[in-house]
Amino acid sequence: MVIYGVALLACCMIAGIFVGELLGKVIGVQANVGGVGIAMLLMILLADLLRKRGRLSPISRQGVLFWSSIYIPVVVAMAAKQNVIAAVKGGPAALLAGALAVVFSCAMVPLISRIGSANTGVAEDVATKDDR
Amino acid sequence: MNTLFDLLAQVLMRNGLVTAFAFVGVTVWFSYFLSNRLTRGRIHGSAIAILIGLALAYMGGATTGGTQGLADIEILAGVGLLGGAMLRDFAIIATAFGVNLDEIRRAGASAIVSLFVGVLGSFAVGAIVAYAFGYTDAISMTTIGAGAATYIVGPVTGTAIGASSEVVALSVAAGLVKSMMVMTGTPFVARYIGLNNPRSAMVYGGLMGTTSGVAGGLAATDPKLVPYGAMTATFYTGLGCLLGPSVVFVVIRAMFG
Repeated sequence: MVIYGVALLACCMIAGIFVGELLGKVIGVQANVGGVGIAMLLMILLADLLRKRGRLSPISRQGVLFWSSIYIPVVVAMAAKQNVIAAVKGGPAALLAGALAVVFSCAMVPLISRIGSANTGVAEDVATKDDR
Repeated sequence: MNTLFDLLAQVLMRNGLVTAFAFVGVTVWFSYFLSNRLTRGRIHGSAIAILIGLALAYMGGATTGGTQGLADIEILAGVGLLGGAMLRDFAIIATAFGVNLDEIRRAGASAIVSLFVGVLGSFAVGAIVAYAFGYTDAISMTTIGAGAATYIVGPVTGTAIGASSEVVALSVAAGLVKSMMVMTGTPFVARYIGLNNPRSAMVYGGLMGTTSGVAGGLAATDPKLVPYGAMTATFYTGLGCLLGPSVVFVVIRAMFG
């Protein structure tokens, strides 16, 4: 049944957010620490497990797939409820601080993406050459 | 005639979430129409939809004076629920359904490095900008730096170390600028920074950290990348709130008094 998929999703979210809140309390931070990320990991693991055991019927899957496909409209609604006025009112200091942080982080993407993959990449190249 | 409009407004208000479905559906349809007709699909429909969303949010904020963008207009309050944290997180977690666990394991190390570089780098950049604009005390520099991390890290850090409300507001604004830039800019820079595979998406999420920005930006770039970027991004705010009032503040205070 479709509700099984939706309920699986809901349980993952509640469990993840709860653990995130708990982590925040333990570390002494006034924020949820990775709750959604933990929920996602839980979802990946459970989906994998259920799929292997054949316990997730195609109809139950639809309950999850619907919500993952409604994702873009949700993001559009999210954009429409942003406090754009506050961002504009922040003036040049806020604009520059935000913008430069984005530029810095963008520049780091290619560098950090290489970590851990560079070695394996070279090894693979060598392997394929040897094969020839 | 007036009563007719009143009646319609009442129906829309009483069924807020359903109204939001209809409203967002029309917005997305219109965006894909523009994408196909004006740009021949070169600019992704969802990128245009997000831009239209932000423009509408500006109009909503300007007309009502509220902080919730379009959701402050009474008949569109449901947009706030549909785009709120609860349903956003629900949909993000659902995208994890199609994720490949091996990809995550392989990119694990670079994702963790990206989180630390992203948080500390944003603090540094924000603090330098704050200094340049005359906020030379350690508390203000740390708080504005925290805002350059995300608009949640900003006020959490600022409150913890006792920043003035003016500086806290500035930090929130910096975070909002970042989130909106990431939301709209990601599809345009993706090609130049190699953002086309799960690994770089995880690194991107860890470096940017703004969940709403990364979620929106990746959706407009390649929806397949969304879960990877979102997963690391959700750890960023927690890490920022942890490091900001502690390590970062102590370091900045030691350097600038």
